[in-house]
Amino acid sequence: MPSVHKIGILGAGRVGTALARLALTAGYEVSVATARPPAEIALLLEIMAPGAKPETAKALVASSDIVILALPLSKYATLRPDLFAGKIVIDAMNYWPPVDGAIAEFEGVASSSEIIQRHLPGALLVRSFNHMGYHEIEQEARPQGDPDRRALAVAGDDAEARALVAAFIDRLGYDPVDAGRLAASRRFGVGTPIFGAGYGREEVAGLLSAARAVA
Amino acid sequence: MELGIYSFGDVQKDAATGKLGSTADAMRNLLEAIQLADQVGLDFFGIGEHHTREMPASAATVVLGAAASTTRTIRLGSAVTVLSTDDPVRVYQQFATLDALSNGRAEIVAGRGSSTESFPLFGHSLNDYDELYAEKLDLLLKIDESETITWQGKFRPALDNALIVPRPDSGSLPIWLATGGNPHSSVRAGLLGLPISYAIIGGQANRFAPLAELYRRAASQADASEKVKISIASPGFVGEDAAKAKDIFWMHWHAAMEQIGKIRGFAPPPRFHYDKEASGDGALFAGDPEEIAERVVKLHGSIGHMRQFFQTDVGQMPHREFLRSIELLGTRVKPLVDAELGAHRPAMEKTDAVGA
Repeated sequence: MPSVHKIGILGAGRVGTALARLALTAGYEVSVATARPPAEIALLLEIMAPGAKPETAKALVASSDIVILALPLSKYATLRPDLFAGKIVIDAMNYWPPVDGAIAEFEGVASSSEIIQRHLPGALLVRSFNHMGYHEIEQEARPQGDPDRRALAVAGDDAEARALVAAFIDRLGYDPVDAGRLAASRRFGVGTPIFGAGYGREEVAGLLSAARAVA
Repeated sequence: MELGIYSFGDVQKDAATGKLGSTADAMRNLLEAIQLADQVGLDFFGIGEHHTREMPASAATVVLGAAASTTRTIRLGSAVTVLSTDDPVRVYQQFATLDALSNGRAEIVAGRGSSTESFPLFGHSLNDYDELYAEKLDLLLKIDESETITWQGKFRPALDNALIVPRPDSGSLPIWLATGGNPHSSVRAGLLGLPISYAIIGGQANRFAPLAELYRRAASQADASEKVKISIASPGFVGEDAAKAKDIFWMHWHAAMEQIGKIRGFAPPPRFHYDKEASGDGALFAGDPEEIAERVVKLHGSIGHMRQFFQTDVGQMPHREFLRSIELLGTRVKPLVDAELGAHRPAMEKTDAVGA
């Protein structure tokens, strides 16, 4: 498996900056891009994620081993599909109509990540992080073996991408739980028992297989 | 340090039958709560716009207007005005009227609101969330600058040399930018030289310290350091006995989380989660007067805010519990906080000390 050194995060909101700090703490090189020119988020990053580098989205995607999507879901169409061909991409977003409003193309049984994958057909898309609140993601990180360590479900169609993302999650301080193919991400989206709950590995694995049984 | 209360006009519930009280009663209870807050010496009361059966405070300025004539010193504001779905002209007219009737005590706390029921109600699309807010804030600030305005935008008919009255005695209204912690909002408030109001409603409260720093740095970049002002809005409940206060607030906070979780599709947090956040550096300020005072002072050490105000009546809390908490906040918590930080230090911001 290729090794992962550089993490690129698209979005400098609450989720993006929390993940940037977490990845920096775990020893990764981190850069962040938004729709604004890099200079406009320099101060924000200097204070909210010291050590993270502001970049353009294009340069960030090209140079990162893993790209994390942490932008508002409604802006997904601004992502240029050609940039993402062959890239490992973590989708940390959610379709959350009561909070963010309804978007026609996300209505239906498919998870929002499946829609994102259709928009970025060349990306090795993996969904994770979406079921944990941004205000918990830093404070709940724990070393391997800690009895209070929480779990994050991981779903994606490419097994190697899933494994690389799992290793990244483990290094950040969470137990990755392999949920299988991307369609399985329906089992840890908004409205599922896993969403926002904060469970450990066995509970998440159990809830995922319980959902598989009824699906 | 200023202390205060904010409320969404929570409807009470009959303990015996479980039946919800009337929304009209809730508005009268809200007025009574503001009057008591004034009597016990609290500094601020904010009403947060909501449009639900449990939280019917949809017309804040009407309630605040009634309070203006029956209170003496308490400052009266929104918490928040959902500016994205309102007309800035109307918002300004209402708050300027309130300011006149209260002799200069009105404040606008403008936000996007975390509840979204006002969007379909007033015919706005959540997909325009960012754009709507940016445009309306721009208009509101321009109206505050001058009595006549010429303006055009995308979401409201253009204004051609329009007169917006009444005008506040002091020349302008306090307009706070409210945010739940998106870093871009702290940058925006700093660059605009606006006071900022952080809603810290979960997790660890001191995680907002870097945001406060970002806000100060952005203000300094815009040469607006003298305008820096930070307030914090958090859930909170004060009781005589710490353990009992935490139990009472748990019951109502949990009920509120269950209601919101049902709508938004998340599981309500368990008790151990609540206990963690209702102590130490957590965002839930439930406890006895000494504990709450101590935690407010500690948070002040990391954020340097000049005001903290609490949402107490959540999850159909009995009105008497709400009033008792207001009383304790004014009579017991406030003196303790004042003893530590000094009374009313609106200019206490850290950055002011630098050149002094």
